[in-house]
Amino acid sequence: MTTAPRLLAVMRKELLQLKRDRLTFAMIVGIPVMQMLLFGYAINTDVRNLASAVADQSNSHLSRQFIADLGQTQVLDLRYVVDTPREIEALLEAGQISIGIHIPPDFDRRVIDDRRTAAHLLVDAVDPTVLGVANQLRNMPLKFDSTVLPAERAGTFEVRPYFNPERRSVVFVIPGLMGIILTLTMMLFTAVAVVREREHGNLELLINTPVSTTQLMIGKVVPYIMIGIVQLALIIAVGRFLFDVPIRGSILDLYLAASAFIAANLALGLFVSTLVKTQFQAIQITIFFLLPSILLSGFIFPFDGMPRVVQYIGEVLPTTHFIRLTRGIMLREAPLGDMFQDLLALGVFALVAMSAAMLRFSKRLD
Amino acid sequence: MSNEAELAIKARDLTKRFGSLTAVDHLDLDVPRSIIYGFLGPNGSGKTTAIRMLCGLLTPSEGGATVLGLDVPKHAQSLKPQIGYMTQKFSLYGDLTVQENLAFIADIYSYARSERNKRIDELIENYDLVQQRKQFAGTMSGGQKQRLALACAVLNKPKLLLLDEPTSAVDPKSRRDFWSKLFALADGGTTILASTHYMDEAERCHRLAILDRGRKVADGSPASLQAATGMSVIEVLAKDTQAAQIELVKLPEVASITQLGMRLRVLVPEKISDPLALVNRVFADANVEASSEIVSASLEDVFVAATLDSSDVEKAA
Repeated sequence: MTTAPRLLAVMRKELLQLKRDRLTFAMIVGIPVMQMLLFGYAINTDVRNLASAVADQSNSHLSRQFIADLGQTQVLDLRYVVDTPREIEALLEAGQISIGIHIPPDFDRRVIDDRRTAAHLLVDAVDPTVLGVANQLRNMPLKFDSTVLPAERAGTFEVRPYFNPERRSVVFVIPGLMGIILTLTMMLFTAVAVVREREHGNLELLINTPVSTTQLMIGKVVPYIMIGIVQLALIIAVGRFLFDVPIRGSILDLYLAASAFIAANLALGLFVSTLVKTQFQAIQITIFFLLPSILLSGFIFPFDGMPRVVQYIGEVLPTTHFIRLTRGIMLREAPLGDMFQDLLALGVFALVAMSAAMLRFSKRLD
Repeated sequence: MSNEAELAIKARDLTKRFGSLTAVDHLDLDVPRSIIYGFLGPNGSGKTTAIRMLCGLLTPSEGGATVLGLDVPKHAQSLKPQIGYMTQKFSLYGDLTVQENLAFIADIYSYARSERNKRIDELIENYDLVQQRKQFAGTMSGGQKQRLALACAVLNKPKLLLLDEPTSAVDPKSRRDFWSKLFALADGGTTILASTHYMDEAERCHRLAILDRGRKVADGSPASLQAATGMSVIEVLAKDTQAAQIELVKLPEVASITQLGMRLRVLVPEKISDPLALVNRVFADANVEASSEIVSASLEDVFVAATLDSSDVEKAA
């Protein structure tokens, strides 16, 4: 009978402290918005405006037309016009350009000769993405009005881009970013909230009052569940209105999946809080956990492309399962029932982490 | 009512080991109700560990205790509403106001709302926190924090109050005020167990136990302890205190020498029959100008005598 008021007392106190803690409060809104702006605008795999130089040694009508066509693609930003390939190499070495175009003096004749390439691309291949762009440019059609064009080949495959026909990377990134943002904030907030009480000695006092461990834990965690839900709404809204990311599936499914994921992260945060003594250590462990969540969850790199062993590690991370769920629901319109394995994985993770936290917490009293 | 029931705390062979360290070593305690009982001991003597075991926060490695008629730690949960606990470090919320801190504790004790506000007003009045009602606890002075901590500890009108070095961060004036509050509580029937390493505070307790390296080395009222040190206390006033001390150290009979300003307090076991003559003879032999007299033992002498290494005492005797 006394459970509810005590639970409420802990929750009220937690919210009051949260309201006063301006930095944390700002982070609740600031982390999602800033990360979304960063990933939405800055981090982009649609490559545009690569700095480039051109050395046109042919200087024919055809070569000038060709260079103009290249500029039209917007893939290249033709910043330098030089005379020799050597100068292009110098610019590459200096890091001034990523791609250099060398058009040899016999360009017109090479264009007609099918056995020879028409021109050279000199590429700074340190970043594989840039090399990928160069490979695309290789197949650029060359119009040569005065000769008969060889019949265009149909190609082996016709590519049909499902779910993201405009190939905008932001559509791919935002559903995954949801997982990363929630992992960071939920885990960090709970771990810090509990460790802070221990660090400040509040816990020793509370243990001597009639409040029970469960009441204390739940009372501390519930406000953060609410924060997680608010953050999710914020991410969905920014994604929808700023980046036009679709939500094709059911929004209820999305919230259901997110609730399981938030629970898993909060439980993990609680568990972390039982391992560490200071808030600083809690932050360290969170970062330690966040890195694999970013790299191994399929957020950036395709999950299937990773080595088998690394995939196993990825499967253990709740973020991996959540990102599969969000991409499925938001982009592929998949019903939650089709992905119940991932939902189940999140549930199991939450349960295991929570049990571990409870077990360790009761031991810490001694 | 039997004698047993009148004891607020009864502990037998209470022991706590942390690895190879024995923090509390077979402690026996009998604390009668409605008195202020002091735990006197240096840092690391096991005061905090003993208090934590008595309120069920730590499980004893051996032995046990009955607190307010309940076995701890088995029935610690039913004991909690009846005890108040003040930790050594300020443990309320610095980012909540005085009013909010008290309200939170009241809610934890499941006070009804109407009753709650009345009780909080009463405590704020009683503990001189009217001006600070809306102030954040973290920004208050040491004395104000301590009054708030005590107000929170007594909020639920506990039968037993456990105070762990309650005055360690407080100025002398606040300490005096604090003790008058404690006496008022004891008069009202509350039993108080307070640990301290201040002699003047220990002297105010009705009874006290001296702890040393986890063991209880003496207990009783301050007066009875002073009467039964087993030591003669000689006060020496010397022109050259340094020289006098050098000579006294040479005497195997001297158990302890403490310098207090210009004076030396010398403890010699009572077994030695004329200790004054012994001391004077040494000074005369060494041409040290000094006057000595036998004085009555202070609580500090009791403490020094009680915490002496037993080997030192044997050697002296």
